Amino acid sequence: MTPEQALTAYVLRLGDNALVLGQRMVELVAAHPELEEELANANFALDYIGQARMFYAYAAEREGAGRSEDDMAYLRPEHEFRNLLLVEQANGHFGDTIVRQVLFDLYYQSLLQALANCSDARLAEIAARAGKEVRYHLRHAANWLVRLGDGTDESHARVQQSLRDLWRYTGEMFAADELDAIVQASFDGPNLDAIETDWRRALADIIDEATLTMPEEQSMAKGGKQGIHTEQFGYLLAELQNLPRTYPGATW
Amino acid sequence: MSEQEWPLYEVFIRSRGGLSHRHAGSVHAPDDQMALDHARDTYTRRSEGVSIWVVRSDQLVASDPAETASFFEPAEDKIYRHPTFYDIPDGVENL
Repeated sequence: MTPEQALTAYVLRLGDNALVLGQRMVELVAAHPELEEELANANFALDYIGQARMFYAYAAEREGAGRSEDDMAYLRPEHEFRNLLLVEQANGHFGDTIVRQVLFDLYYQSLLQALANCSDARLAEIAARAGKEVRYHLRHAANWLVRLGDGTDESHARVQQSLRDLWRYTGEMFAADELDAIVQASFDGPNLDAIETDWRRALADIIDEATLTMPEEQSMAKGGKQGIHTEQFGYLLAELQNLPRTYPGATW
Repeated sequence: MSEQEWPLYEVFIRSRGGLSHRHAGSVHAPDDQMALDHARDTYTRRSEGVSIWVVRSDQLVASDPAETASFFEPAEDKIYRHPTFYDIPDGVENL
């Protein structure tokens, strides 16, 4: 694989993470118990989908095979999606959603920060723009995690369990594969070891403030980066792709 | 589960530097910091502001509508309080 091909696949993968997380959050639209939180969630979901569009459009351009951003989102089969398993995990209860957002956004923010300084100008611009959005998402989700953890006995126990349940999907974020290695070496991309160190430190601070405890280490699930997904991902994709696949070329 | 509602906060937004904060509306929130988040997400989605103040509605001291007569009506016939009795010299544009 040439560095240029690797970068294209890498950008596509960034798009997959953003789209799948955005789609998960879209499932919560009109389902929140409070109007203010409802608005926040929908805003954030659209931020991620907007990021996915930028990544997909750039990946499609780089590929030069005549595909569009829509083709990337709607017409690729499950195994071609290379998003992390963490972002495809079901919303569960409010605490599950918040924990998923904190675990991912904390990583994503560091990743975008590093990418904003990479040697590919277009990717750096997209990352800088997305970084501002994600910094706020993280603030909001971390605020909630602190309140749930340091809230009632019930909310504390529930988010502690959410942390335990989602922990096994965190290892994959930092397990560098060929694409990560090439982008780091050839485009001055992120160093996942350094990002993991920052992530652990920042997460420990939030967890401490939330009076929670770090989950015990356990065996880590992986596969998302290779296109091997958890079962529930198929349902997410079916809902996402149903309309354009049923009515190809439909417009409104 | 508690059925208690979150307290109400009043939201004030400064639309750009140099202008004062103006009342934009209100949000419910569990505490002060979340009120700021909710105000941001509810009232500045379309670039409406550069600064936000929130204050708990029950902390505002408001005039009583029943006192309108004594509070505001006495000012209505004091036209000398308006600076309308000056001759404005030619050439003064902003007074």
